[in-house]
Amino acid sequence: MIKDITIGQYIPGDSFVHKLDPRVKILISLIYIVDLFIVNSFKGYIFIVAFTVISILVSRVQFVYIYRGLKPIFILVLITAILNMFMTGGVNPPIFKWKFLVVYREGLIMAAFMTIRLIFLIVGTSLLTLTTSPIELTDGIEKLLNPMKKIGVPAHELAMMMTIALRFIPTLMDETDKIMKAQMARGADFQSGSIIQRAKSLVPILVPLFISSFRRADELAMAMEARCYRGGEGRTRMKQLKLTNRDFIASACTAVLVFISVLGRMWWH
Amino acid sequence: MEKKMILCEKVKYRYEDSDKGNSKFAIDDVSLQVEKGEFLVILGRNGSGKSTIAKHMNALLNPTSGKVYVEGLDTSDEKNTWSIRNKAGMVFQNPDNQIVATIVEEDVAFGPENLGVPPEEIRLRVNECLKRVHMYEYRKHAPHLLSGGQKQRVAIAGVLAMRPDCIIFDESTAMLDPSGRKEVLNTIKEINSKYGMTVILITHYMEEAVDADRIIVMDKGKIIMEGSPRNIFSQVAKMKDIGLDVPQITELAYELRNSGVNIRTDILTIDEMVSELCQLK
Amino acid sequence: MSIKIENLTHVYMKGSPFEKKALDNIDIEIKDGEFVALIGHTGSGKSTLIQHINGLLKPTSGKIIIDGVDITEKKINLNFIRKKVGLVFQYPEYQLFEETIEKDIAFGPKNLGLTNDDIVKRVKRAMNMVGLEYEEYKDKSPFELSGGQKRRVAIAGVVAMEPKVLILDEPTAGLDPKGRDDILGEIRSLHDEYNMTIILVSHSMEDVAKLADRIIVMNKGKCILDGSPAKVFNRVDVLENVGLAVPQVTYMVKKLREKGINISKDVFTVEQAKEELLKILNKS
Repeated sequence: MIKDITIGQYIPGDSFVHKLDPRVKILISLIYIVDLFIVNSFKGYIFIVAFTVISILVSRVQFVYIYRGLKPIFILVLITAILNMFMTGGVNPPIFKWKFLVVYREGLIMAAFMTIRLIFLIVGTSLLTLTTSPIELTDGIEKLLNPMKKIGVPAHELAMMMTIALRFIPTLMDETDKIMKAQMARGADFQSGSIIQRAKSLVPILVPLFISSFRRADELAMAMEARCYRGGEGRTRMKQLKLTNRDFIASACTAVLVFISVLGRMWWH
Repeated sequence: MEKKMILCEKVKYRYEDSDKGNSKFAIDDVSLQVEKGEFLVILGRNGSGKSTIAKHMNALLNPTSGKVYVEGLDTSDEKNTWSIRNKAGMVFQNPDNQIVATIVEEDVAFGPENLGVPPEEIRLRVNECLKRVHMYEYRKHAPHLLSGGQKQRVAIAGVLAMRPDCIIFDESTAMLDPSGRKEVLNTIKEINSKYGMTVILITHYMEEAVDADRIIVMDKGKIIMEGSPRNIFSQVAKMKDIGLDVPQITELAYELRNSGVNIRTDILTIDEMVSELCQLK
Repeated sequence: MSIKIENLTHVYMKGSPFEKKALDNIDIEIKDGEFVALIGHTGSGKSTLIQHINGLLKPTSGKIIIDGVDITEKKINLNFIRKKVGLVFQYPEYQLFEETIEKDIAFGPKNLGLTNDDIVKRVKRAMNMVGLEYEEYKDKSPFELSGGQKRRVAIAGVVAMEPKVLILDEPTAGLDPKGRDDILGEIRSLHDEYNMTIILVSHSMEDVAKLADRIIVMNKGKCILDGSPAKVFNRVDVLENVGLAVPQVTYMVKKLREKGINISKDVFTVEQAKEELLKILNKS
């Protein structure tokens, strides 16, 4: 079952969000993240929350998956909130004071903002990876980076590397499992002992894995050459990314959100 | 003069082994021809040079001396490399280490994409080739979930999609279980008989050579036997000498003959054996 | 030392949508000194079964008793099992990792906590058993060797733990005919000369016919046939039903009998076929 979990937990579906062009989704996600930091009023965040919740509903992804993405960063959010709370200075008299710990009203607000920003950062990127398959993401990134080839960014090579990595991750996990079992059958123990001992015990797994990976890479390169691969020049793609009305609607909504956020920054602060 | 599919003239190949200075010839003066539409099997042990000569046929390796021509194109001329690799496709031994994409149909598209084929045409080729190898239903599957035999069939589709004139199978069944091997062999025979594709099968399993048009046997870098399956199979002693396996039936005929029974030694199948024995009674 | 497998069931990912019964109520006993072949298709459960016998997997229900000790109990010391049951996986040469052959083979004995002297003795013995000369090979890098030789080093690595039972999962996979014969010869001698109980997982009916005293056939997690080669290969219909074949000569004999020729059914190797046919031909 581990084999079936892809990076970022893609959940197939055919919602409006799923069908958006990956380039558009990636750009919207980036703009969204920047927008999170543009907004600096609670009124502004209402719009962000509304935009996000509507997006999640439209994508038909269950909230439980979003929640799972948040669980790992709970501690981080807590620490950030606490740090901001105590570290932010203020003009008015402090709300709370005990020995050297001082909390100003501005501190509480900052903590709240940073908490919101972190949480929605994760929610936004989760939604991206939940609704976009790794292949689509790779294609999207490649197409977005293409114009940068002129300044030396190896867009095609990066995309090829990502695709091959994604392709081989389940295979390598299988192989690691096999190697572990084989070494365990010879009495290897990966679980007991000090940290140093446990690190050393990984050598019988890592060495064979590395060697096999080099061999794999070699054979794969030969197979690719046999199929006339010679880099990105002159290559066509079977899957073409085409922008549709959906993409324009989504972009327009995002533009409206940014507009409101910028205005909000000027008016509501 | 009609061009041969592949022509090897006095090919010698030596691996560069800088430590030792006197490395052996992996291919020692090999000359052979492959006709268009032929089903040729090259048999030999590990180390006999069979894989090495195969890699000369699609310009993955270049001869130390001698020449290799693929449909008249000289493999040592760099300008020809990509045309040659388009004409002579290759399916390798390890099913995993030739699949590049995360889903089946994208991997089959890899070859045509490299050739710059227009997208709609690629789509047509991918569908057609997957159907030819009976893997169309798996087109959206992830490769790591397929069996060995299925992976190899995907690899074959990927080569077919490039519209080669000939396909070389470099020990493509060696890592498969018996059912996988059967699947792949049937696919290979089908593309030869049904679609007229020239097929060169490199293997060390004699049973795979039963239906070949011609067999070439290699040992220590040289060709030591060449002929029809019947011809080759009957030379049981020689085959065993060089460490190759003979099907039980053929070995039995040989053993019986050695014990004085007047029986043919070029028996290939169970049915042939049964009728031979019945005639003797 | 016997291995008793009682009502062994193993279900992968119980309770999830991917739930799969890999082993279904397996009940077998393997006696000391037997040479057992385990045949079945990919997915029949043979890999799962052998991983239970050496403790890598724990059953969902059922017991495995090795040498009187129930290894399925929670507090079992894994070293106890590893000392008694050795497992060689498919393509074992992919586990080699040490700088020298001696060090790699010593890995197992070291994990058992033996003294350095004992370890060296074991390495020497193990290399002997697989036909690798100690002085010549001990300091070489395992990666310098050919595929077949690497495999022997890997097998030596398990044999050095001096298990009473040796399980080998498709030891001839990917080898050419001579390589196959060599490895099978070594396995045969491990059984004959060193008295190891052997469990051989294989696809090749011809190999199994030549070597095994007993054949267990698995399909879909169940054990469907269990007996001598003669007994198992006679059930051609059952074997074909689950997609397995019998040796070529056995098919030949079946067809001869269908034509009314009175030849013994128990033929699965070329030698046996030759003997039987000569008998009949000389009579006429």
